[in-house]
Amino acid sequence: MSKTVKLRKGLDIRLVGAANKVKTELSAPKTVSIKPADFHGMTPKMVVREGDSVKAGSIVFHDKYNEPVKCASPVSGKVEAIVRGEKRRIMEVIISADPEIQYDEVAPKDASSMSNDEVKAAMLASGLWMYIKQRPLDIVANPDNEAKAIFVSAFDSSPLAPDFDYVLHGKNEEFQAGLNALAKLTSGTVHLTLNGKAPADATFTGATGVQSNKISGKHPAGNVGTQMHHIDPVNKGEFVWSVNAQDVAIIGRYFLSGKYDARKTIALTGSEIKDPHYFEVISGANVANILEGQITSDNVRVISGNVLTGDKIAQDGYLGFYSNQITVIPEGDQLKFVLTKGWMGPGMDKFSNNRLMMSAWLAPRKKFRQDTNTNGEERAFVMTGELEKVFPFDILPMQLVKAAITDDIDGMEALGIYEVAPEDFALCEYVCTTKIDIQDKIRQGLDLIGEECM
Amino acid sequence: MKFLEKIVHKMEPKFSKGGKLEKWNPIFESFSTLAFTPAHVTKRGAHIRDGVDLKRTMMTVILAMVPCLLFGIYNTGHWELVAATGDRSMEFWANGGEKFIAGLFVMLPLIVVSYGVGLTIEFIFGMMRGHSLHEGFLVSGMLIPLIMPADVPLWMVGVATAFAVIIGKEVFGGTGMNIVNVALTARAFLFFAYPTSMSGDNVWMSGAEKFTDGSTGATALGDLATFMGDKATVAGEVVTNAAADGMSTFSNSYSVMDSFFGMIPGSIGETSVLACLFGAAILLITGIGSLRIMLSFAIGGLVGGFLMNAIGGNVYLDLPPYYHLLLGGFAFGAVFMATDPVTAAQTATGKIIYGFLGGLVAILIRVLNPAYPEGVMLAILFMNVMAPIIDHYVIQSNIKRRLKRVKTA
Repeated sequence: MSKTVKLRKGLDIRLVGAANKVKTELSAPKTVSIKPADFHGMTPKMVVREGDSVKAGSIVFHDKYNEPVKCASPVSGKVEAIVRGEKRRIMEVIISADPEIQYDEVAPKDASSMSNDEVKAAMLASGLWMYIKQRPLDIVANPDNEAKAIFVSAFDSSPLAPDFDYVLHGKNEEFQAGLNALAKLTSGTVHLTLNGKAPADATFTGATGVQSNKISGKHPAGNVGTQMHHIDPVNKGEFVWSVNAQDVAIIGRYFLSGKYDARKTIALTGSEIKDPHYFEVISGANVANILEGQITSDNVRVISGNVLTGDKIAQDGYLGFYSNQITVIPEGDQLKFVLTKGWMGPGMDKFSNNRLMMSAWLAPRKKFRQDTNTNGEERAFVMTGELEKVFPFDILPMQLVKAAITDDIDGMEALGIYEVAPEDFALCEYVCTTKIDIQDKIRQGLDLIGEECM
Repeated sequence: MKFLEKIVHKMEPKFSKGGKLEKWNPIFESFSTLAFTPAHVTKRGAHIRDGVDLKRTMMTVILAMVPCLLFGIYNTGHWELVAATGDRSMEFWANGGEKFIAGLFVMLPLIVVSYGVGLTIEFIFGMMRGHSLHEGFLVSGMLIPLIMPADVPLWMVGVATAFAVIIGKEVFGGTGMNIVNVALTARAFLFFAYPTSMSGDNVWMSGAEKFTDGSTGATALGDLATFMGDKATVAGEVVTNAAADGMSTFSNSYSVMDSFFGMIPGSIGETSVLACLFGAAILLITGIGSLRIMLSFAIGGLVGGFLMNAIGGNVYLDLPPYYHLLLGGFAFGAVFMATDPVTAAQTATGKIIYGFLGGLVAILIRVLNPAYPEGVMLAILFMNVMAPIIDHYVIQSNIKRRLKRVKTA
């Protein structure tokens, strides 16, 4: 019953700085951080205090309004600081790590011989639940809901994304154990969606107990949202969950070894990186020692994640919970003279989905060094049909964005807000002439729907 | 350009919040962003953005109009000379330089008035609302002179532009918010307010009063309407003959080739189908113009023409469909007016319906309405108003498709 999907719409943004397939293993980081902002909409209730010592796998906080959902520490050490922002909101929990990680161990389990509830309980208790995201709303899954399907994407199509075939090569066992656990969480199917354009690693092709689909096309083919829409779309009142492929391996590792071992392989990418390649790090690790000696220019932006959906972090900031890559690109905070690099220049240095830039004609395969300049001011919606070209859903993107901007709940419901996450609109935001922060508008729309309709 | 950059940096504090000239910030911003793409960086969401912006988009549309503009200037000069000498048989390409300069003398004041009036109003509204100039008028300001008759008084252009910018656009909220095409609003305003200056025999050639040989300075469609009038006086059986005569007289004065290249009188920029095709090519290659609208507009016109042929009976009804596409403002309307993304339908399917109906209605008005020899302007304005309804039904069908999924699942 596997499905094959071909996409015609989408866009691959060609950037300089893809990671070479070389891996550096790093010793344990000095500090790690857990940022509640990574879990959108969750209000953390701290379990530990500053100065407490924790082990890897110890619970750090739980969801204030849904106690079973817990977040665990990825390392052993001491809680160094709980950073608070406005209205005492918790921004960050910083843990200074022991040189040798001590685990909060439990006995290894075999998910396939456990009951559904046991698996769920084990995952909630260990903090692994945080890796499961739900649609609608694009938040950490609510364990009280019944998921009609769980989606795992076997590849990431976003710009400069890490190659999961490389990252998870040889981790068949962990990945399979993770899938076994996920299979117990839904009454429906676990979908593993492979890239239809390239042969996948044995980790993915050998996976059992899942429905293995293929999708081919440009970005966002690798986004779970696209895959869900074409394979098993979310309707109102239904829930579909998704887990990132590397996180499936982390879940599997827990069941195999009984340890919460949050090691993952991330790609260091971007035009401002001297030697872009892979690193094995711990989730939430400080990135200072990764970036050391790697940044080639002064005025840069460090992004945890990819250029389309990632979060801006400091050069000594921390890797996000769901991030599989770090991207470093130049800041674009300079004036650009109109006829050289500005709005009416030849445009050899600019990438565009229109064919308005010379680069589209003279350098159709060129890779670009793009900076963070918006390349123009914010305007009203004038051009039409732009968003549709990069949005491979049977959803009208511009109308949905307008409904979100105007807080039109009925409109959003009718136009398909339940199926989408902000990341699905990342390309729309990229190509849109208006320069409006579309992902932000969709997020606000989803928050409103979450308050009023869920 | 470092010195310019320094000036901008030096002046910026004066115009920014709390500065002495804060009130004038929109104007400062308009000019500084004209010279430099501003240093705005992304804050949330996608950290990089496409190279395109509205300024470049609009400038490309203006570039696409340049062939029409150049040809329009030459053609205006030609007919002015024809009118001055009273010699209709004058060679079109003879005395080129003289004609071009004569054309420039007509066209430049029109452009200056259109941009001058329009931009002044835009700046005033910008200052009232505290935003810099939005680029929409850069295109409208060029379109307005192109769709005026050569002989139109300048003050009328000024009044029409003011009307179009204020009532057609700014009351709705400015660029991107208007319901009907701004340039066509200007023309429609003149068309109904000062009909004698906008159609008839004497307005199409600058300086033409009456030809000594009795021929007129009317447009092709105007002439066609006149032939039809003649026919009405012919009785009974001779009608078909008269129709045939009318047709041959007509195609003698306006051959297919002349109409295609645009060597006929008409609004300044609209006559040359070839120039419009150049413009269309630029818009389509860069991906700004909508092929859906242009093509379906042309198909709508052809279908309209065939329908009229099927009825038949007089010169106008019998005019071959492809002729309709070459005459009047059809090509110009299809390429530059109907495709205006703000006022056209916004959904992909909607664009096809919108374009097709636009072309069809243009021919209907042109042929069946005795009062107006040309129908493209009115058809596009009408479809502008209808576009939201077309979109509504396209959106509803998308919504229904999603609801159906629940029922079948």
